[in-house]
Amino acid sequence: MALMPIKFDLPKRVKLAQGLWLLYWVSVMAGIMIFSLGLFFKIELRKRSEMMDNDESHFVPNLLILVGLIACGANAFGGKVCHDSLDPAKFPKWKPMVKPYLIFCCFFNVLLLVTALFCFLVQFSIYFALAEGLKNGIKFYKDTDTPGRCFMKRTLDMTQIEFRCCGNNNFRDWFEVQWISNRYLDFSNDEVKDRVMSNVEGKFLMDSVPFSCCNPGSPRPCIQHHLTNNSAHYDYDHRIEELNIWTRGCREALVAYYGGMLNTIGALVVAVVVLESADMAGLKYLTTSLETMADPENPESESEGWLLEKGVKETFSDLMEKLKSMGKGNQVEEGEAAATTS
Amino acid sequence: MALMKVKFDLKKRVKLAQFVWFMYWFSVMAGVLVFSMGLFFKIELRKRSELMDNNESHFLPNLLIIVGLVACGLNALGGKICYDSLDPAKFATWKPIMKPFLVSCLFFNILLVVVALLCFVMRIPFQFTLAEGLKNGMKFYKDTDTPGRCYMKRTLDLMQMEFRCCGNNNYRDWFEIQWVSNRYLNFAAKEVKDRIGSNVDGQYLMDGVPFSCCNPSSPRPCIQGQMTNNTAHYSYDHYTEELNVWKRGCRDALLSYYGGLMNTIGALVLLVTILEVGVMVGLQYVDTSLSTLSNPEDPESESEGYLLEKTVKETYTDIMAKMKSMGKGNQVEGGEEAPVATVS
Repeated sequence: MALMPIKFDLPKRVKLAQGLWLLYWVSVMAGIMIFSLGLFFKIELRKRSEMMDNDESHFVPNLLILVGLIACGANAFGGKVCHDSLDPAKFPKWKPMVKPYLIFCCFFNVLLLVTALFCFLVQFSIYFALAEGLKNGIKFYKDTDTPGRCFMKRTLDMTQIEFRCCGNNNFRDWFEVQWISNRYLDFSNDEVKDRVMSNVEGKFLMDSVPFSCCNPGSPRPCIQHHLTNNSAHYDYDHRIEELNIWTRGCREALVAYYGGMLNTIGALVVAVVVLESADMAGLKYLTTSLETMADPENPESESEGWLLEKGVKETFSDLMEKLKSMGKGNQVEEGEAAATTS
Repeated sequence: MALMKVKFDLKKRVKLAQFVWFMYWFSVMAGVLVFSMGLFFKIELRKRSELMDNNESHFLPNLLIIVGLVACGLNALGGKICYDSLDPAKFATWKPIMKPFLVSCLFFNILLVVVALLCFVMRIPFQFTLAEGLKNGMKFYKDTDTPGRCYMKRTLDLMQMEFRCCGNNNYRDWFEIQWVSNRYLNFAAKEVKDRIGSNVDGQYLMDGVPFSCCNPSSPRPCIQGQMTNNTAHYSYDHYTEELNVWKRGCRDALLSYYGGLMNTIGALVLLVTILEVGVMVGLQYVDTSLSTLSNPEDPESESEGYLLEKTVKETYTDIMAKMKSMGKGNQVEGGEEAPVATVS
């Protein structure tokens, strides 16, 4: 009892082959899309790798790039098989490769599903990488003269401007680090000496934030210094002032950005899995319909196509038996080899 | 003496028709490209129309949009003609409109060249619109409570950050206007009273710039207030300090952005013109090769294609003669009518 048999005549076979060929080329485009999405994700990670302590894992984008390339190749091969299927002279040379190719496609679909799962799971690792990286980034903001860290200030400023965020969790993170380099502090000044003495580590802490935290939508010019001191500014109450600086933390902003990107990529990979399954089913129908022609010499004869030669259960039990016999075959061979040697 | 004659047999005619059909679809894409470039340019102008005093001229983008649409239509029609040209039955329906179609293509190409020229030339009036608009924009920076101008601060801040510029000509433009609203000035403070008293207009001027002028690449935290006072900041000399705020003026920055955009669009329109001239020539050859079949009943007969039936000079004198005869025809008719009119 074949699974889902369909009767085919010549026009139907021709239509199936043409439709399937077109579908395979759409799948090649889908493979290219996955490749370019993987490349885009890799570039986005590299752009902000300083924010993640240069510690981020490039496993997922590399996997996407690899999977995209394999998809292109496999689908192009499938399209070629379809293109040749209607020519009785060309098709026989592809016939032996169809079964291994379909098994390969099956495993490839499983790999695609695993990739989609990774896309959704890697967001957790990015969350932790960002938390650590941003904390260190804020610490190294002032080190514009230290080789290897001299661009941290610029990167952090551009990130805060672009993502409209301030600090790691919120703007108060800037109150806890010294973000002005010692080169620009006048240590003979009393105020500087007081601030430096006021904490154990001798850091110049202040209740101010860098200019990149400023919100351009604020109606008043940006207040970035003495943020908690209401009397330092006219008509200012730091408890109710909302629009002055960005209130969102950069970790939250970046996680939302990368999370959205990864969710989109994951959803697209799942859609490609559906497309590939349709390709596989179509190719199975096409090859079986060409094999079961009532009269092999007459191209216009009728034929039947199916998904599986027997039912699902029977196919599964056949597979299990085959695997077992392969295992037993190895045991028997070993037994014989042992007998002959000893 | 035809201009640039080429002999055609059936195969060559078929190849020519297929090639010209393909080129026409390419030209439809080019028309879509011109349309979308016009749309993009229009959107970019609207995005920053506040900075240009809402006074900018949308003539050029509108023209590009119209030209793009007309190009799409003309090229689609040309492609259809090519497609039908190899079927003698269908081609006969198109034959009468071929000549007017080719003449309109010629005029359209001239229009395209004019549009390309405009793209390069419109930079100059644009410069003046920008200069005026930015000056006013900076004046209204503080008016965040005035309806109609409350977003000027945000627009100006975002623009200065995006284009990495400060002020109109340079950052000193901010020293000449009051950019802090009166609502946030404590008029009881002596310092405020001094500054306001120090100039005729009663404006609160200071040697400071908004935060959006700050350059993130500067190694030290941004100095935006008391910029000309070296003693206000440690280890600071405003004559040698280079990276602190953006040095470029926003008029320069915006002009180079829009100028680059217009130059690119102009260059693309010129390329599209060359493409259009090519398809026009191809269609003329298709048309003439099908009209000069040595044996009209036999599709496989040889034929000849040419650009112009006579040489350039003769064609020109022909056109002049035709136009004169049209003019004379009107005069003669007028003369004949006049005696008739006087009778009544």
